[in-house]
Amino acid sequence: MNAPEKAQSAIGASVRRKEDYRFLTGGGKYTDDVTLPGQSYAYFVRSPHAHAKILKINKSAALKAPGVIAVYTGDDTAADKMGGLPCGWLIKDVKGEPMKEPPHPPLAQGKVRHVGDQVAVIIAETYNQAKDAAELLEVDYDVLPAVVDAVEALKPGAPQVHDGAPNNRCYLWSLGDKAATDAAFAKAHHVTKIDITNNRLIPNAIEPRAALAHYNRADESYTLYVANQNPHVERLLMTAFVLGLPEHKVRVIAPDVGGGFGSKIFLYAEDVIVTWASKKVNRPVKWTADRSEAFLSDAHGRDHHTHAELAMDKDGKFLGLRVKTIANLGAYLSTFGSSVPTYLYGTLLAGQYTTPAIYVEVDAAFTNTTPVDAYRGAGRPEATYVLERIVSQAAREMNLDQAEIRRRNFITAFPYQTPVALMYDIGDYKSCLDKAQKLADVAGFPARRAEAEKRGKKRGLGYSTYIEACGLAPSNIAGALGARAGLFEAGEIRVHPTGSVTVFTGSHSHGQGHETTFAQVVAARLGIPVESVDVVHGDTGRMPFGMGTYGSRSIAVGGAAIMKALDKIEAKGKKIAAHLLEAAESDIEFKDGKFTVAGTDKSVPFGGVAFSAYVPHNYPLDKLEPGLNETAFYDPGNFTYPAGTHIAEVEVDPETGVVQIVNFSAVDDFGNIINPMIVEGQVHGGLAQGIGQAMLENCVYDQETGQLLTGSYMDYAMPRAADLPSFKVDTHVTPCTHNPLGVKGCGEAGAIGSPPAVVNAVIDALAPLGVKHLEMPLTPERVWRAIQGKPTKVA
Amino acid sequence: MGTSVSLIINGKTVTANIDPRMLLVQFIREHMQLTGTHIGCDTAQCGACTVFVNGNAVKSCSALAVQFEGAQITTIEGIAGANGEMHPMQAAFKECHGLQCGFCTPGMVMSAIDLVKRHGNSLSEQAIREGLDGNICRCTGYHNIVKAVQQGAANMKGV
Repeated sequence: MNAPEKAQSAIGASVRRKEDYRFLTGGGKYTDDVTLPGQSYAYFVRSPHAHAKILKINKSAALKAPGVIAVYTGDDTAADKMGGLPCGWLIKDVKGEPMKEPPHPPLAQGKVRHVGDQVAVIIAETYNQAKDAAELLEVDYDVLPAVVDAVEALKPGAPQVHDGAPNNRCYLWSLGDKAATDAAFAKAHHVTKIDITNNRLIPNAIEPRAALAHYNRADESYTLYVANQNPHVERLLMTAFVLGLPEHKVRVIAPDVGGGFGSKIFLYAEDVIVTWASKKVNRPVKWTADRSEAFLSDAHGRDHHTHAELAMDKDGKFLGLRVKTIANLGAYLSTFGSSVPTYLYGTLLAGQYTTPAIYVEVDAAFTNTTPVDAYRGAGRPEATYVLERIVSQAAREMNLDQAEIRRRNFITAFPYQTPVALMYDIGDYKSCLDKAQKLADVAGFPARRAEAEKRGKKRGLGYSTYIEACGLAPSNIAGALGARAGLFEAGEIRVHPTGSVTVFTGSHSHGQGHETTFAQVVAARLGIPVESVDVVHGDTGRMPFGMGTYGSRSIAVGGAAIMKALDKIEAKGKKIAAHLLEAAESDIEFKDGKFTVAGTDKSVPFGGVAFSAYVPHNYPLDKLEPGLNETAFYDPGNFTYPAGTHIAEVEVDPETGVVQIVNFSAVDDFGNIINPMIVEGQVHGGLAQGIGQAMLENCVYDQETGQLLTGSYMDYAMPRAADLPSFKVDTHVTPCTHNPLGVKGCGEAGAIGSPPAVVNAVIDALAPLGVKHLEMPLTPERVWRAIQGKPTKVA
Repeated sequence: MGTSVSLIINGKTVTANIDPRMLLVQFIREHMQLTGTHIGCDTAQCGACTVFVNGNAVKSCSALAVQFEGAQITTIEGIAGANGEMHPMQAAFKECHGLQCGFCTPGMVMSAIDLVKRHGNSLSEQAIREGLDGNICRCTGYHNIVKAVQQGAANMKGV
């Protein structure tokens, strides 16, 4: 195992971000900030019903409204033979049969299946005119019974969401060795059982989704500005599967994007419709979601019901894990909706532990709700929540310390093959736990608990020792498991004649700070100032074909592609330098921005080589092309495995059920760190979303009508500044063994590790009062009910 | 259709004939092309649209432009120095990594400056957290925003 050396000096420094000046002075350019000449505005008419047949649509009044340019419905898209929105991952069920893939029409075809489903689009001169005209569109619905809960949807007699998916089942999937797991349970000293819900969340990037399409009749080309995390994927799916357009005639630009968290990975109906409509009306067409639309139409996250059982020997050593999960996919398969509760979930159930036998079954259901897809962590938070909750419960049942039961079961030898398909390359779970216990001052906890007790408050400590699989993904493995796309990344290094550099990456930054981190990587390697490197992303017209940003993959996969391109730059630079220095190529060394003849003081700076490449007067033109511009594609050899320990300390007021997080400590192993400031910021943000899930956030539908009850910031509890504590974060480094930077990725860890830490802490605080179980979010009412011994399942 | 309105935006007087329904934020973004002021929720919850009206922080998504006849409006584009040098609060956000995607940032900076104006240069963590209740950030977890506001407030002394 050759751990890559932590490289040059610019790496590891908290360089202040290059992108910040524009964001701080109002100079950011988000999709809605782009205005094109002659722009028109789209407004989508959405279903007010969760489930209904469309009997008739009468456009005439809407068409006559002031400023209206066009009104399109599903009949118009059908007449143009528009395809459905594709799903990017084919899951095969327990019998090897393909999942049910009912059509996902961009505009409804005779039936609506969730509140917010797109029924029609109005295009008008102004946004207000389009919105006014929407009020005049007459749609006759025959309202049908709806089902919003996945458990209910799978029961006999439930309303059927799709004709092509009997019993609302998309697939019943499994992973692991059932017989071996059953055998492990047969010899168990003790079995811990748990039934838990992973609450449904709404991503809520603060920039609402937006799309602005322009069709140029002169050269039959399209330009789509869209708030999106992976513009090449967006283009490929849209051109090849939905609109049947030549890919080279479509340019997708994802300019500044105001947060994604997964919700802007997907190809959405609105993106497709405005692109199509821009040709129909021969005008640029802009659509920007308002927040209510965002709640109804952005893909949601989580929504699992799980029964899990953990078999142990008398010492608390894990023998087997059995998990049965029911996952809600929503009304349609979103772009990666099928992969989240399967390969991004079941594969993570080994966690940091040596559990030798694991078997998981996932029953995935269609319901009359907004589609569910990847949201920060995507499957991995769900797996971590199941595992870390059951492990803590097991500790209580076995009368073991929360940390001790984890230590007894940690994987300590690497590489480690789990029973659920993954091969962990490296990690050091014990050191993360030790460091986190110091950071959280676990030693001082009993005194703090006693002090709180005097004030009538209950203190608790909760652990989560999580793992995630990031750096998606080896394309061949993903392909064998059903992925319908490659998962490599592309990078291009364009050296300018004067030695400054523009980097083109297929990764996309929507808050992560790539413009700085990637510049640090390049500057360190080439020995030039960070200011001499600019990073370009988010434009299919400028970058090589890349797969974008999700699954904490940017630095591990995108950064690796850049390193590969830099290898080529360095190799060519050595050839040029050898010529300039009249030495053998094998004698040239490149270090600190200089090409040197080994053992001599003869050298030429990087800028000199760059100049020579573009002004090749003294240049080996017979052997070498001029120019210094290299592209590389990198396909990862394995996933990366960030891991760590999160410890929450809470104080509960037993009179009111109010929970206060008094301390939150996280020690994460992300491998080598390029910019510690940015990494800490990513952890903070992830923690806020994880703590948000544990304490506040909950997407609630009315069980009968299927109406979204939490459809605004008045009803959906977004974490605000006063809801969160300051965080104590630190890292422990074991460099990834299989990528050139030794990095693992840090974007999702906070959201993955923190929810079970918080819930375990509250259960720990309330265990003396007899509380054994709690569901997220931990609202005062739920906590108070649990203390009173009352049912906690309240809406 | 159309109502005349005249207001002063970032020191410049602007007169326009507008749809009376036009929101202040639409006037700023669409009519003035000052796109640093953002719309995050259109219900006065998230604070991305925060601007100053006669020196006080106002959520421009929930007010009509015609309500502000003669008012002095300052947007995020109007707080930096003449040569583009950042306001101390902007500089503190950069220094403390108080922003990620940048979308809530202009409103957050405006609210932070307003907080300092109302409560002075020495702000406790709790005062900042409570004072920013009307601004939602989904990226940072607020940890570094709190640090930035504390630093920005200190650096605003005498500004």
